[in-house]
Amino acid sequence: MKQVKVLGTGCANCRTTVRLIEEVAQERGVPIEVEKVERIEDIVASGVMRTPGVIVDGKIVHAGGVPKREAIAGWLQAA
Amino acid sequence: MTDLALSVRRWPQRQPFAFLALAAAAWWLAYRSLVPLSEAMVALLPVERESHLGSALQFFFYDTPKVLLLLTGVVFVMGMVNSYFTPERTRALLAGRAEGVGNVMAASLGIVTPFCSCSAVPLFIGFVQAGVPLGVTFSFLIAAPMVNEVALALLFALFGWKIALLYLGLGLAVAIVAGWVIGRLKMEHHLEDWVRQLRSVHPEGEAARLTWPERIDAGFQSVREIVGRVWPYILAGIAIGAGIHGYVPADFMASFMGKDAWWAVPLAVVIGVPMYSNAAGVIPVVEALLAKGAALGTVLAFMMSVIALSLPEMVILRKVLKLRLIAAFVGVVATGILIVGYVFNFVLG
Repeated sequence: MKQVKVLGTGCANCRTTVRLIEEVAQERGVPIEVEKVERIEDIVASGVMRTPGVIVDGKIVHAGGVPKREAIAGWLQAA
Repeated sequence: MTDLALSVRRWPQRQPFAFLALAAAAWWLAYRSLVPLSEAMVALLPVERESHLGSALQFFFYDTPKVLLLLTGVVFVMGMVNSYFTPERTRALLAGRAEGVGNVMAASLGIVTPFCSCSAVPLFIGFVQAGVPLGVTFSFLIAAPMVNEVALALLFALFGWKIALLYLGLGLAVAIVAGWVIGRLKMEHHLEDWVRQLRSVHPEGEAARLTWPERIDAGFQSVREIVGRVWPYILAGIAIGAGIHGYVPADFMASFMGKDAWWAVPLAVVIGVPMYSNAAGVIPVVEALLAKGAALGTVLAFMMSVIALSLPEMVILRKVLKLRLIAAFVGVVATGILIVGYVFNFVLG
């Protein structure tokens, strides 16, 4: 089970990012657990400066803008 | 998708330089044919060219493609330039920088670093945490939204390069001086307590290593995002502008927005601050006001205060700044904008 965190203060881009990640995970049959981090204190503490940011299994993989589908598939595939 | 369509779509990635050269040539040709096309379109319609409606329509048919074309070109190029400057890299460049030099660098980097006001708070804290001085951080935060590619492209499209350059220079000056003044005020203790308690981080910022095809892709992506978002505002703005252009008598604005009215500049700033719009929505209206005799300084002050100071942004910043620091920020920037307005009206006008 991959732990995915999406960091963002609830803007449209962050919601789109969550939806995309869930879609891609379902397509590829990768079990994931998505957590939305919306408190500004928590976002900042993680070290992300641009939202939406994405953290997979504790590693920052993306910051700023909606990620591409291919990129998401890449993060989910990497062991 | 067919193989042919796919190979056409991938072509810019396979031959980036050929694509850039061809795109630039096509863009230039389109730009050169704007005036004849707009006249031809009005000529096709059953209206008198010299009538109010004809004049308004010609303005609309000429301005809309011109503005969109310039905007697309500039946003594409800036999307590629932006790919060299991530906020992380900018932060590393600014960390530990002395005030003065730091303010100048921060304001300049504010132009080229991709910035979205929704990320203003994490970015602000990220900077402060890495040891970027407060005043330098503010220089960045003021310049980033105010002197952006959309504002510059629109000013260039509608008023020419001199005014675009003046706006660039004065916008930078406001950001540099305002940030420096805020630094002098020593207001670090007016950050919210939880911000001051954050542990400091060592900034790392390696250059993003992208290939040319990836940078072209970044250009396309910012065109999709930015032009895709702002075009309705531009269309609405130009339509309003066209209406004013065709129907409101020349010099109508001169009486209350002309340069003899000394109170017009402060009034423009006071009206502009609570308004929240991006450059795209404001500028076409601004053009129409100018055409009817409003003074340039007054109009620019209005535009700067709409873009640089906005109520929603204050609400977001309140999470990290105490009220007095926000008040100082608004006061200093508004004063800078006022000075810009007066300089335009009385010195240059």
